[in-house]
Amino acid sequence: MKHRTFFWFILPTLSAMILFIFLPIISVFIQSLHIGHEQVLVVSESCGPFGCNETVAVDLEATEKLRQEAPLGQFNGLATYFNRSHLASVEVAEAWRTRQSFGSFFSEITNLPFYRALFFTATYTAIVTPLVIVLGLAIAVGVNNLHRLLKGPSIFVSLLPFLVTPLVGSLILFWMVDTDGILGASLQTLFDDPSLSLKASTALTWTMLIVYGVWHTLPFSFITFYAGLQTVPTDTLEAAQVDGATKWQRMMYVVVPHLIPLVSFVTLMLLMDNFRVFEPIVSFSAEAHATSLSWIIYNDLRESGNPLYGSAGATSIMTIIGVCILLMPVLIRIWRDFNRKAH
Amino acid sequence: MSLRNLTLTGALLGLMSTGAHAATCGPDGQSIRILASDFPAIHAVADAAEAACAGGASEFTRNHTTEARQIMNAALTPNPSEYTSVIVANSTLTQLMNDGLVRPLNDLVDKYGENIPENLLISMNGNVMAVAFMANAQHMFSRTDILEQAGVEGIPATFDELLSAAEKIRAAGIMEHPLVMNMKSGWNIGESFNLIFMANDGEFFEPGTAMPTVNSEAGIATLNTLKALVEYANPDYLTHASNETQALWEAGKAALGIMWGSRGAAILDDEGSTEEVTSNTVLSAAPSNEPGGTPAATLWWDGFTIASNVSDEEAEATFAALASALTPEMVAANNDDAVWLLDGFTPGAAAAGVSATAQAGAKPYPMLPQIGLIHNALGAELSDFLKGDESAEQALADVEAAYMTAAKEAGFVK
Amino acid sequence: MATKADTRLTVGKTISYALVALWLIIAAFPFFWTFWGSFKVQADFLSKADWMNALTGANTIEQTGSAFTGAGYHGAWVLEGFWQNALNTGVVVFSVVVISLTIGTLGGYALARSGFRYAFWILMAALVFRAMPHITLVSGYMLPFFEWNIWGLLPTTIIVLVAINQPFTLWMLHSFFLNIPKDLDESAMVDGCTRFQAFRHVIVPVMWPGVITTGLFSFLLAYNDFTVTAMLLSDENETIIPAINSFMGTTQVEGKIMYAVAAVVSATAPLFVLILFFQRQIVSGLTAGAVKG
Repeated sequence: MKHRTFFWFILPTLSAMILFIFLPIISVFIQSLHIGHEQVLVVSESCGPFGCNETVAVDLEATEKLRQEAPLGQFNGLATYFNRSHLASVEVAEAWRTRQSFGSFFSEITNLPFYRALFFTATYTAIVTPLVIVLGLAIAVGVNNLHRLLKGPSIFVSLLPFLVTPLVGSLILFWMVDTDGILGASLQTLFDDPSLSLKASTALTWTMLIVYGVWHTLPFSFITFYAGLQTVPTDTLEAAQVDGATKWQRMMYVVVPHLIPLVSFVTLMLLMDNFRVFEPIVSFSAEAHATSLSWIIYNDLRESGNPLYGSAGATSIMTIIGVCILLMPVLIRIWRDFNRKAH
Repeated sequence: MSLRNLTLTGALLGLMSTGAHAATCGPDGQSIRILASDFPAIHAVADAAEAACAGGASEFTRNHTTEARQIMNAALTPNPSEYTSVIVANSTLTQLMNDGLVRPLNDLVDKYGENIPENLLISMNGNVMAVAFMANAQHMFSRTDILEQAGVEGIPATFDELLSAAEKIRAAGIMEHPLVMNMKSGWNIGESFNLIFMANDGEFFEPGTAMPTVNSEAGIATLNTLKALVEYANPDYLTHASNETQALWEAGKAALGIMWGSRGAAILDDEGSTEEVTSNTVLSAAPSNEPGGTPAATLWWDGFTIASNVSDEEAEATFAALASALTPEMVAANNDDAVWLLDGFTPGAAAAGVSATAQAGAKPYPMLPQIGLIHNALGAELSDFLKGDESAEQALADVEAAYMTAAKEAGFVK
Repeated sequence: MATKADTRLTVGKTISYALVALWLIIAAFPFFWTFWGSFKVQADFLSKADWMNALTGANTIEQTGSAFTGAGYHGAWVLEGFWQNALNTGVVVFSVVVISLTIGTLGGYALARSGFRYAFWILMAALVFRAMPHITLVSGYMLPFFEWNIWGLLPTTIIVLVAINQPFTLWMLHSFFLNIPKDLDESAMVDGCTRFQAFRHVIVPVMWPGVITTGLFSFLLAYNDFTVTAMLLSDENETIIPAINSFMGTTQVEGKIMYAVAAVVSATAPLFVLILFFQRQIVSGLTAGAVKG
């Protein structure tokens, strides 16, 4: 394809992405290198319906002066990336120095918000991603083998976990797994343990989140693989059959290689989305047991009164870096394929 | 303290009568744009303002959204700003004031505020920043029938009484988990800490600075009380906020509760619950450490502000419209939607808890610029202690460390 | 369960069918549970006392006199004006899908056919872009949008949704275009077509499985989005998801959560109809590629 043609084909999508994603990422990065101005505090008397008391307030004039001198805030370099909310270099070094055993070091580390979130995020990603790919492929093959009349309804039903709005879908599930809900109560009967609660233990909360993650993202891998299966060249399949290949061999040597671009694509998307796991944590009120990198960002931006843009920006940039590291094996694969195609 | 009690009680009982008044709207042809959260009581105020003054305005728009707190600072920053008024509470007012986005209202109060009692003016160093119209607090909810059945006399007024009542209910085999509290990890658990910390006369910061002092004796005592309480709470307590505690209560699965006064009306009405629950539910003051001590509560108000970055005429029209909404008629028509601080309010059974808590000398939620940061740090770090994963000292040290990191970034400490 | 896929050879089709059947039940159950529950009162559907209430409707009978009630639907549609939100959602979703697919198809095709290094790097950049958490992006948009006075409008939200879902669309279509043999369009170009004509006459007819699948996901992403719509739309332009959230948000009073449940069911009903109606197109679109080989 000529450069010129390529340019015109790609222009609309590229400009949308540059404007709404690339430039904001740059601005977020710059923001993460700065911290807020010193807030000049003055002692004030505050009065209201419940009486008066001594308090402090921000001296707006003095603070405004500082703000005008440096609109971005105080330059802080990469210090935000290494403070306690993020990589916590000082705390980690201290924990290493005073460690009694590897276990105590580990528990010190997971007491730090960033590592605690990273630990859950990584576990979640490592379990949900392969499960969804394997199950999605298996179900796609199964549905593909169904009778023609059953395919339509099966596709439809398989899309349901995606159709039900995550916000409410997870709320419904949340109530179902309550100790008084249908699933929670059934599990108690099943294990004959009246004090069993999915929400009260860390291990069970993690399991619940992972099961939800699989349930919710499976339609994506299923429908993508199903669409891919429709483009498997039938003559190759027939030729393989003539040559005496078993069904399993045809699957492994014809179908799967054909689906490889889609498998790469699905893996990329799943790794990325799972690494940014967020909604189920909030919907299942699981913050006490599981936090994720995206949750930290949410917490910085929404829960601390005036948003901590620098801190949220630093976590965002580190999420991007984390995703890139995670995607490396798949990316190298794609790079090789790409070069093969180019030559 | 006596002044505080007098004024609030006065407002609650409608003693500060100022008589009925006709709506006085501000200058004609102005644009009035209100941002507010999505409570029935706040709808009522905005409805009344619209009914009274939308006629003379060139534009009257309202945005009621649960995201109000998230968008308000960005919305008020440009000049002219998106909204002329935001309806706020204690904590959200400081969020706006930190960025200088709301204007002092003194001259507007002089001009249009003849019907606004002095005690409803929220002021900072004499500058009126907001006008409050309703109150809220967390306090005790008790089931008298169950207390009686368990042999508990009277309604618990201190934490010791509360704990022994819970133990008696458990020992009598009536309920394994008789207590409900809003202990959901995050804002709610932080607020539960605040309540008891207040009862322990704890101070969040060194006076006049932003240096935290929650890792103190009061803080440790607070955590120990919390830990003793959650022994009697449903094992899922770390996921329980108002909606869950209310549902548990209405289902008759709890006998003692520390919940928001604003839920009182919904709990006492006949919807969603049984006669047995509603007729035996009594709302009373928040418990304290010692008999007659400071109640474990933070008092909250809701009120309106006027944006800085709008023209004086728009500010005036908006203020006049909102001030004209605070009538006894509006209150009478929506009496049970809130604990109004306005004339015409007849406190019912649902308001009894807030009223008693305020009279017992509860303190307001601190109006400090950095309070959101410490509240957030408490919310994130305390669940480890309650789960039994770490000591009270360690949890509070984590809170202070998390706070210091955030406060450095926000510029409150160096 | 996970190992069943691996043992297909020995256990055969039965296991494969059983897996599909099991999945279909797991996928559908919460949905039917919600549908059934939407005709109950809150005390039954979200019962703290006994989940059997949701089946029998004990409180529903007590409060309304019958085992089923349409109160949630009445509340959502009549009292809360949910139709307005549904209308907004229609506008947003339709525009997002059309715009996304149009620019995404062109871009995805170009990337799949270009052998130049920069095509690879554009794909990589798109991935990095996608890794950016949406909430950070949206918080960054707020101030400029307020300053330019375009906050709260439907077109703003549409463009933002298109842009932030573009990396996904681009990657998905690119992967599908890689499956379409290069010879098809190149032989057309040998016959004298321009690149665009080859795309228009040769590629467009065979690209539907990929485009329909991508369209389906664009549709669902736009339809279910909460982060963007909640923060960027004003009250009167609100779409259904933030509306549902405000029915059950912090302001939840008795009964309102059932508005949300009823709203969810009503919001899914048109999807049901739409997908059933287009079932043939979707399935035939998905199978169309098979003929081409």
